[in-house]
Amino acid sequence: MAEKENVIRIENLAKVYQMGEIQVHALRGVSFSVDRGEVLAIMGPSGSGKSTLMNMIGCLDIPSSGDYFLEGELVSSLNDDQLALVRNRKIGFVFQKFNLLARATALANVELPLRYAGINGDRKARAQKALESVGLGDRIYHQPNELSGGQQQRVAIARALVNEPAIILADEPTGNLDSKSGEEIMKLLLDLNKTQGTTLLIVTHDPEVAAVAERIIHLRDGSIEGQEVRS
Amino acid sequence: MNILLNLKEALQSLNANKLRSLLTILGIVIGVASVIALLSIGESAGDSITGEIESIGTNVIYILSGNDSDDVTNPKDLTLQDAEALANSRRAPEVAYVAPVISGGSEISYGAEGRETSISGVTPDYQFVQNITMAEGDFISEAQVEGRSAVVVLGPEIAQNLLGRSSGIIGSAVRIGGYPFRVIGVTEAKGGSAFNNPDNNVFIPISTAQTRLPHGDSPNAVQFILVSVAQAEDADQAIQQITDVLRSTHRIPPRSPNDFSILNQQDFLAVAASITNVLTIFLGGIGAISLLVGGIGIMNIMLVSVTERTREIGLRKALGARKKDILLQFLTESVLLSMIGGLLGIALGWAIALVVSQIATRSGTPLEITVTANSVLLATLFSAAVGIFFGYYPANRAASLAPVEALRYE
Ligand SMILES: Nc1ncnc2c1ncn2[C@@H]1O[C@H](COP(=O)(O)OP(=O)(O)OP(=O)(O)O)[C@@H](O)[C@H]1O
Ligand SMILES: [Mg+2]
Repeated sequence: MAEKENVIRIENLAKVYQMGEIQVHALRGVSFSVDRGEVLAIMGPSGSGKSTLMNMIGCLDIPSSGDYFLEGELVSSLNDDQLALVRNRKIGFVFQKFNLLARATALANVELPLRYAGINGDRKARAQKALESVGLGDRIYHQPNELSGGQQQRVAIARALVNEPAIILADEPTGNLDSKSGEEIMKLLLDLNKTQGTTLLIVTHDPEVAAVAERIIHLRDGSIEGQEVRS
Repeated sequence: MNILLNLKEALQSLNANKLRSLLTILGIVIGVASVIALLSIGESAGDSITGEIESIGTNVIYILSGNDSDDVTNPKDLTLQDAEALANSRRAPEVAYVAPVISGGSEISYGAEGRETSISGVTPDYQFVQNITMAEGDFISEAQVEGRSAVVVLGPEIAQNLLGRSSGIIGSAVRIGGYPFRVIGVTEAKGGSAFNNPDNNVFIPISTAQTRLPHGDSPNAVQFILVSVAQAEDADQAIQQITDVLRSTHRIPPRSPNDFSILNQQDFLAVAASITNVLTIFLGGIGAISLLVGGIGIMNIMLVSVTERTREIGLRKALGARKKDILLQFLTESVLLSMIGGLLGIALGWAIALVVSQIATRSGTPLEITVTANSVLLATLFSAAVGIFFGYYPANRAASLAPVEALRYE
């Protein structure tokens, strides 16, 4: 294809939740594309469908209608195991609530995606390197309850980047952090974008966080209300 | 996914809920222990019976009145005349010795010491049929049978129990059914089994037994006749001859069924085998039920564990776990639970079997209990199977969770 390569291309994506009698339209026909290496922020009021959209892009949920192409591949044509492979290799998740395994060390948490990728030999070394790159080289044997919120989120980032994914999806990554830790987290993510060319999709309520993005998509009631393209 | 890592993770997760894991394991421990203990006790009892029968010897044939396999009404009693006819070497040349036996329960006592036991009225040939050797004194003689003498031959164990010693007791007077009997001999100790201990035998002349022991209607009736064959290979021929003789003495018309049964060692072994099989199945069934209950316990706990860890499952899926990775993770946990329980259960079952064997020996019925490799293998495989069977449903439930829903679960 001659046009600039789209990592993500979404066409008319909709999601309807059936709640007994009533239907909840979480997404009503959303279309957009994301270029490789782009930093995109998604904003919108609570309940506007941001998390729903991220779950679709992360292959955690299946849209009710519409098409989603990830690196040119139609995601709806993939089976369960292929979806697991996509989540493992192409996508890194950073959640608002960190989502670390409570009883495992930071190292074991970061090793997890490598284990599911079937990597055995240099798994530990790679996980350690990832933790070092987020500044936690001296905390690798700590369990989550022995780490601060900001440190836990950094473990989550190390876990997201350890498999060198094409895309990192961050759903309110700074939502549970104070502004200083939040800044550090954003800095880590942007570094990754610069050095590795990783595509970043960040959901946020915080205009300061969104300010780092090249483009902001505003959602309202499950539809795109508008886009801001920045310098 | 690396198996070792999987095991380590499963151990960690079981370790995080120590008490719960322990209680779950306990169900399997009890189940497997009862399978092991009951099976080995059943098997040992079977071995004991089989050993007993094998000690009869291949050249001894039992003749009993009646016939189980054919419909025979009013079978004639076996009589002393039948025994005489069998002893005739022209009519039954392969038969070496014939020993008719009248046996009945009666009280035997010495001084204040007394007990109810089975008394056998026998002829001198009984000694040769059963290969009895004497520790002291003599076996019952022809003259004593003819004279209806009140004499008795004791096994060493009953002598010990009754008189307090098993030697130097020739001439002592014991009472059987209230009548005085003189001890004329003690048999050599043979060592017995739980079911028929020859060291507890009490022999009196068959003629004395006719008057002193309760037995069949006709005065000449005997309970059974023992026959020994000179050559064990000729047993079939001997059986044919015995059949011919008894059919003629009982006047059975041609083509009518025998009204007596002839059994040799093989027949007894077959009967015993069917009895012990039933026993083993019964005991094993009881054990299997407790194992089943233990398995349901595992399933219950695994379901709880899956529910508790829904978010964890969602997270693992988000990080790239396939369905089979999650399935394996939870199956490993349940199999680990059941296998640990199985191993502990084998040890406990073994201990129980040992204790039972000790108690049996103390109470006078030596029962050699061995835990066989078979029952250990069975218990191990069974407990692993329980883990897989009862763990599969919860594991599959975990593996089938949709990633978003699992992640959103509170
Ligand atoms: N599993 C579900 N079942 C029913 N309705 C749902 C479900 N998940 C989300 N919704 C609905 O879909 C809409 C969008 O939800 P979503 O979580 O995407 O919002 P959001 O933009 O991420 O909000 P927030 O900023 O509060 O995180 C909401 O109205 C919500 O109630
Ligand atoms: Mg949200």
